[in-house]
Amino acid sequence: MSGTLDVVLRLVAVLVAFLVLPLVVGQTEHKVMAHMQGRLGPMYAGGFHGWAQLVADGVKFAQKEDVVPAGADRRVFQLAPAVSLLPYLLVLIAIPVGPNGLVGQAIDAGLFFVLAVMGVGVLGSIMAGWASANKFSLLGGLRTAAQLMAYELPMLLAAGSVAMAAGTISLPGIVQAFHWWWIPWQLIGGLVFFTAGLAELQRPPFDMPVADSEIIFGAYTEYTGLRFALFLLAEYAGIVVLCALTTVLFLGGWHGPLSGSFGWLWTLVKTALLAFVVIWLRVTYPRLREDQLQKLAWTVLIPLGLAQIALTGIVKVVIS
Amino acid sequence: MTLAAAHPGFMSPSGVEIAFALVGIATLGAALITVTTRQLVHAALWLVVALGGLAIEYLLLTAEFIAWVQVLIYVGSVVVLLLFGLMLTKAPIGRSPDADSGNGWVALTVAVAAAATLVWVVVDAFRSTWIDLGGAAQGSTKVTGAVLFRHWVLPFEALSVLLLAALVGAIVLSRRGAPARRAASAALGALSGRGASSGPGAMSERAAGSERAAVSKRKTGES
Repeated sequence: MSGTLDVVLRLVAVLVAFLVLPLVVGQTEHKVMAHMQGRLGPMYAGGFHGWAQLVADGVKFAQKEDVVPAGADRRVFQLAPAVSLLPYLLVLIAIPVGPNGLVGQAIDAGLFFVLAVMGVGVLGSIMAGWASANKFSLLGGLRTAAQLMAYELPMLLAAGSVAMAAGTISLPGIVQAFHWWWIPWQLIGGLVFFTAGLAELQRPPFDMPVADSEIIFGAYTEYTGLRFALFLLAEYAGIVVLCALTTVLFLGGWHGPLSGSFGWLWTLVKTALLAFVVIWLRVTYPRLREDQLQKLAWTVLIPLGLAQIALTGIVKVVIS
Repeated sequence: MTLAAAHPGFMSPSGVEIAFALVGIATLGAALITVTTRQLVHAALWLVVALGGLAIEYLLLTAEFIAWVQVLIYVGSVVVLLLFGLMLTKAPIGRSPDADSGNGWVALTVAVAAAATLVWVVVDAFRSTWIDLGGAAQGSTKVTGAVLFRHWVLPFEALSVLLLAALVGAIVLSRRGAPARRAASAALGALSGRGASSGPGAMSERAAGSERAAVSKRKTGES
């Protein structure tokens, strides 16, 4: 019975994290962008520092009518937000937060699990793009698919490099095997992973699939109200997952001073710092054009990923 | 089979076996809809269900690694490629009556023959062998890796060569417009990294005056 209770408690904890952390990232994005761009709007609602802006947004989304276009494929259109959001919930289960089994569920092939399930989320955007019966949505869906094709490979290569270094593809096992000198050793892989992850999430500067000046809002153009909010939530959940994964794979997860009792705090701090970088990149860099985007993946990231794997292999053979 | 255990009989199925049968039925159903539906994109989406069901079957057989590879490659990549191809043809919403090649009966015959062959091979190979799934996992990453790179390394490498050949073939075919000799050399050049478009200079071509993503109000959520 205690075994069942344990599992239930873990799953509830993961669910709470899934419901809270993306909203925290969303609120942070409001504030950080407002500071960086000197914008007053998000700083107004509720008085102190505009704390109620996120609540106001939520209320607004909940009030709006849920419209399905007449020409749309109704079922696929309505299913798409769930398909794009749920995979991130599943991924969170496998991410280790602290030592001694502080993880939703330790999965033997954890690395493969998270990468595989993250890839499924993109199906939601593609479904939305097709089912909307809108040419801009279709273009957005096409761009999403092309982007996933291009960036899945460098991401896998970088992740494979860490798995080689650790000698395991279990996520807690990888963090367990971590040493501080892995950071310079796996630096290229880490950068490739983070960049490719950003592209997979369609975050700026890789937000060509939702480029507002060309195709309105890509695959999500026809969505309104809560379903639209679900897509936004999926993006923020994706940021949480990507940053947590980068932390676990390349920054040593719970390792740090006092990691015995405060390991979970280290994971959260590193994840939060990376999330800040994601927001920072959004307000800093202009959007890449579609051809530049493809070129970056195929001619820069993939060769770098392969080079990192070669480097990992050489060092691994030398030190063993 | 080293882990063959005593046959506990079919009359008292365990929970895993019931789940296996149910998921199998669902997978078969999804596969049938995939090939019979008249809506092109729906067929691709039902294929996702069928492939996902197959992954769950692997999982129930404790072949965890294979299951996630199945999701990663087939659901995450192959189906996305399929949908990409369909969307390039502006796959219409609703039925496409002209999407029937008229080969239904031939396809059915081939499918039934293939299924019969596969089922016969599996049944003949294992007969009443009973593999205990409760013991050490035989499909864990470690076991799969060891088996793949110790016992099956030659077929594995042969397959890589086959895939490489397919890759070269695809490049050659897609550049048919150019004279054949030039195409072949270009394909080889692209593979060895000497292609015209390679090199890390791609990033420097950032368009001058491209608008700042920073100031774009991309989301309606921000005022």
